[in-house]
Amino acid sequence: MAERALSLTAAGLAAAVILLLLTPLGALGLSLRGFSLSGAELAALRFTLWQAALSAGISVILAVPVARALARRRFFGRGALIATLGAPFILPGIVAVLGLLSVFGRAGWVNALWGALGFSPFSIYGLSGVVLAHVFFNMPLAVRMILHGWQAIPAERFRLAASLGFSPSAIRRHIEGPMLREVLPGAALVIFVICLTSFVVALTLGGGPRATTIELAIYQALRFDFNLPTAARLALLQFGLCAIAYVVATRISLPSGFGVGADRQGGPPAPTGWHRIADVLAITFAAMFLALPLLAVVLNGLPGMLALPSQVWAAALRSILIALGSTGLSVAVGLVLAMAAARGRGWPALAATLPLAASSLVLGTGLFLILQPYFRPASLALPVTFIINATLSLPFAFRILAPEACSLYVDYNRLSASLGLTGWGRLRWVVLPRLARPLGFAAGLVAALSMGDLGVIALFAGEGEATLPLLVQRLMGAYRMEVAASAALLLVSLSFALFWAFDHWGRRYAAS
Amino acid sequence: MLHLDRLTITQGDFRLTADWQAAKGARIAVIGPSGAGKSTLLSVIGGFFAAHSGRVLWDGTDLTPMGAAARPITTVFQDQNLFPHLTIAQNLGLGISPDLRLTKGDHAAIGAALDRVGLSGMGPRKPAQLSGGQQSRAALARALLRARPILLLDEPFAALGPALKSEMLGLVSTLAEETDACVLMVTHDPQDALSFAPLTCLVAGGVAHAPQSTPDLLQNPPPELAAYLGN
Repeated sequence: MAERALSLTAAGLAAAVILLLLTPLGALGLSLRGFSLSGAELAALRFTLWQAALSAGISVILAVPVARALARRRFFGRGALIATLGAPFILPGIVAVLGLLSVFGRAGWVNALWGALGFSPFSIYGLSGVVLAHVFFNMPLAVRMILHGWQAIPAERFRLAASLGFSPSAIRRHIEGPMLREVLPGAALVIFVICLTSFVVALTLGGGPRATTIELAIYQALRFDFNLPTAARLALLQFGLCAIAYVVATRISLPSGFGVGADRQGGPPAPTGWHRIADVLAITFAAMFLALPLLAVVLNGLPGMLALPSQVWAAALRSILIALGSTGLSVAVGLVLAMAAARGRGWPALAATLPLAASSLVLGTGLFLILQPYFRPASLALPVTFIINATLSLPFAFRILAPEACSLYVDYNRLSASLGLTGWGRLRWVVLPRLARPLGFAAGLVAALSMGDLGVIALFAGEGEATLPLLVQRLMGAYRMEVAASAALLLVSLSFALFWAFDHWGRRYAAS
Repeated sequence: MLHLDRLTITQGDFRLTADWQAAKGARIAVIGPSGAGKSTLLSVIGGFFAAHSGRVLWDGTDLTPMGAAARPITTVFQDQNLFPHLTIAQNLGLGISPDLRLTKGDHAAIGAALDRVGLSGMGPRKPAQLSGGQQSRAALARALLRARPILLLDEPFAALGPALKSEMLGLVSTLAEETDACVLMVTHDPQDALSFAPLTCLVAGGVAHAPQSTPDLLQNPPPELAAYLGN
């Protein structure tokens, strides 16, 4: 009956997801001509690992004082600041790069200040720029994960410390130290994995023999050299890295960045004196580091907004359509798999999180190899981007929906069954209203991620198929910085608007 | 007539058997130590959990292959009887039509059922706006609307105070008389059994015993019941 229909649909979708991941890998394997890596490819592997390790380490180290300050201080705007820490996750990479260039670039604000103080200017290109951008994206994530750890320390522990007269250093040693030893490795691993598949940042701030990630090398092999065996070899290498990271990540418990921000009573004690000054500095530094690049995007982009060329609007429309399409597909598949997982089965979760082991360029290269003998790649740019965006965001949609679908099942399955609520009736009257909030949040996240994605589209698109992020990158490459800045402002506005609209819909529907 | 025909329920190491009949309109308390399988027995009768072997029959019809909704049974659970996002009227409407396509006559019937349990005019409210006792009343109103010949009560009033609970038991008695339903009610409290149910099914030691006279059973309790009652 209906339970059976759900199982069958979920099994079919899980099989489709796995097939969509395995087919490109099979094509890559068939195109492989030997696995010995050239010097340039080894350099790309080394750089990928090195920049990811540096980015993870620096993000986490910088995040600790910020998280501590947020955990023990209460000030106006604290909640808003913590919520804003989630924003880089849905900020289009290309927009962040433009903002960082305006602040830290050769002609940027910091260099201007630096020069006025008599120092020689520094360059944002190469390793330092790649790491800077990764820290910009991931330090806020690390702050959220570490703050969560701080908030998870029972208030009684701090009360006990106060009654025993612990000094700040004793608190650090006996209470906060053990928590950090538990949280930091997981946080660093999450960021390391994210940085392994870095493409946009490497494409715009890296490059050359000394700063090329594997993802960038795949793109160059395919797009510039049209060297299919090299692209296949690199893609398999990247897949191997991601697969190892995926297996490691599933074996250790990772800290969560969700559910942060409740103002509980009795947090860590707030020492005065220089501790207070240090906390103020940490929060100010973090807020400026996040806000200045975004401010730069707004300031640089606003003047040209009214005179945007028509190609920008066309690209924006393509991006919106792809984002809406992949949102619908990803959230629908995620919901079916989450509902199947709620019935106590393990395979839906496996199928839904498996895309974490793939990257946009790896899948794109495999599909390119399969499709290019028969089709002009540019003619497939948009459908392929739509499918891959939906697939790669499935793990996020699933992880948001799964716990909610599970508690819905536990709480209301017997009642629904006893009333004969099955199929559409159950979807209409129980599932959608009960899950509206996570559905809206998941849809907003997927839409914003897809809107800002610049990955596989770069492999396939010709002149006429560019999405908005790709167009911004091309405008930058052509040194049309003013148009690029305005297009970037449009892009980030659309991303946040999509997120807000879906999330708001979910909240309102759930509240009514 | 409800017939539990050589029913064997297994769940890991747990095992429970039942083999007895109950007449139409019978009121039976189900009593026994925690973990003895009282709720499991009701789940099997209600169709939420499959027995290992044996059958559940109603008036000669084998209910075993039927899903929960198809059985001539209404179950009132310990909690989660109402969907919090739907109004009381919608929650009752689900008892008539699972896709909430309701006719004018259905709406009138919902209003009448609400009147019957003392919730006149509460239809447009959400469950959270009702007290615990009122929520129980709403669940009973839906049972009244469904008018199935078997009513299973899985400790739905356990969270209510003594006065409210006896009020609810009174309401259940009247409703059961009106619909001539066969009622099985799980309870922890021998007083509930005495006041509500002429018959009691003792669930202990892996057996759900055939219902027997409640006063007799409580006056001369077998050892496992005596241990549970503490006298």
